Amino acid sequence: MRLILVLMTLMVALFTASLCLGSVGIAPLDALAALIGVGDPLHVLILQEIRLPRALLAAMVGGSLGLSGAAMQGYLRNPLAEPGLIGVSGAAALGAVIALQTGIAALFALALPLMALVFALTAVGLLLLLAGPRGASLTLILAGIAISALAGALTSLVLNLSPNPYAASEIVFWLMGSVADRSMAHVTLALPVMVVGWGLLATLGRGLDALTLGEDAAEALGLSLRALRLRLLVGTAAAVGAATAVAGAVGFVGLIVPHLLRRLTGGRPSALLWASFPGGAAMVLAADITVRLVLPSRDLKLGVVMALIGAPLFLHLIYKTRKELP
Amino acid sequence: MTLLDLADLTVTRGQCPVVDHVSLRIGAGECVGLIGPNGSGKTTLMRAALGLLPHTGTSSLAQMTPRARAAQAAWLPQAREIAWPVTVETVVALGRLPHLARGSRLRDGDQQAVDAALDRMGLMPFRQRLATELSGGEQARVLIARTLAQDTPLLMADEPIAGLDPAAQLSTLQVFADLAGEGRAVLTSLHDLSLAARYCTRLILLHQGRLHADGPPTEVLTPDTLAEVFHLRARVHLTEDGPLFQPLGVLA
Repeated sequence: MRLILVLMTLMVALFTASLCLGSVGIAPLDALAALIGVGDPLHVLILQEIRLPRALLAAMVGGSLGLSGAAMQGYLRNPLAEPGLIGVSGAAALGAVIALQTGIAALFALALPLMALVFALTAVGLLLLLAGPRGASLTLILAGIAISALAGALTSLVLNLSPNPYAASEIVFWLMGSVADRSMAHVTLALPVMVVGWGLLATLGRGLDALTLGEDAAEALGLSLRALRLRLLVGTAAAVGAATAVAGAVGFVGLIVPHLLRRLTGGRPSALLWASFPGGAAMVLAADITVRLVLPSRDLKLGVVMALIGAPLFLHLIYKTRKELP
Repeated sequence: MTLLDLADLTVTRGQCPVVDHVSLRIGAGECVGLIGPNGSGKTTLMRAALGLLPHTGTSSLAQMTPRARAAQAAWLPQAREIAWPVTVETVVALGRLPHLARGSRLRDGDQQAVDAALDRMGLMPFRQRLATELSGGEQARVLIARTLAQDTPLLMADEPIAGLDPAAQLSTLQVFADLAGEGRAVLTSLHDLSLAARYCTRLILLHQGRLHADGPPTEVLTPDTLAEVFHLRARVHLTEDGPLFQPLGVLA
């Protein structure tokens, strides 16, 4: 309980910091005043139209990735699982890339995220079809890998066939993942979908706790594995699909955050689920602030920084785990 | 009172019946040992009885809703899995999940059941230790305590004493016998026939998926049955400590 409070405080603090930092220097108090429409109209515009959606998206994306990462690890009982494993992010990215390539993205403002979302949901449908209603977790992983690989190959094909270097570089930049230059329209598109996903994932705690003892014992404890799996997949598709749709591919959050918090939550999957939301949000907010502070002129991408932070952290965790093992 | 009622329970794998038309009833106060050679269908029988496997015929447990079943029967699978580094007490408390209205917060009654289960399995000194850092035998005891905490009329266990030290084997079976004495029922698969003979009130012998014999240990463990089913030459001594079973050799 105390951990959740600490993480919430951290998330709120980073959110506030994210609002107060930017290429235009605005004093923190002025910035917060401008947020509610008081002060210099230019500052109000910057705060409400640029910084607020950016900070909101960073928190939403981070929370979604953290939450679904914790759920996925709990379900597969494997600390190496992450939401990308079931192919949702890959499929969402493919949808976005196709939108960019075909020019659909230019038709109307939200064409790209909508297309990505449709692809993410299609991927989950395909996954359920492949893994079957009673499929074991191994079938699920294999089906996920197959879908990821297919989505990856098709994304490369689109890049390969792209008509000019500008289109290709636009696609590549999008794939790196970012929450910069997004509008409140992105927030209002992603939020309802994410809320559905969060709602579904939040109901999993008890079932994931029971799964600590294995699938057989969990079912005998009164858990319906099929219902749990369906909620997990649809919830992850909604949360991660929407996140990828608005921010591109941001890796490592769903892998690292549950890892970092596992010991602090006493290892219980249900407690970890609750903690991973603010934890993920805080991590992505921090990474997005880093993007703005380090090389602000070079437009560093969030996904790149996240991977640069995430990979060494992951190596460190592996090293620590290795020492604990006999 | 009947706690488990199987009628013509059949499980097939492909064309081959793994459990073949098994009918039996288990009532309160019985400690039933399920014996049979490897591959005779012991695990499959218990999993089908719980409704965890597709089957034909009926099982009283499989007909219940998952929730009602979890309040009626606790199940200890053969695979001992503790996926995350949680404390012994947390693992044992998982047995209370079917009793909690919602969430995972324990009430006073739940905590008492957890404490009683820890005490029964002699795990009080371990309660704050991480379950994943214990030895295999200790983990097995933790998982048995988890099923005890579920506090159900029927306990079903699949080879619960495999890998335990002799004292832990005896005390675990004594706990099972005590549960039966309290008016509950236990169905446990066992490979150690002498322990089965000593602690169980009744033995069910499976052979090639069929119910081969069912009755008090001395009636089931006859030289003829042992030779036919287990290919063993053995002797059962009736002593004041109960029947003692001694295998003497393997028959060709």
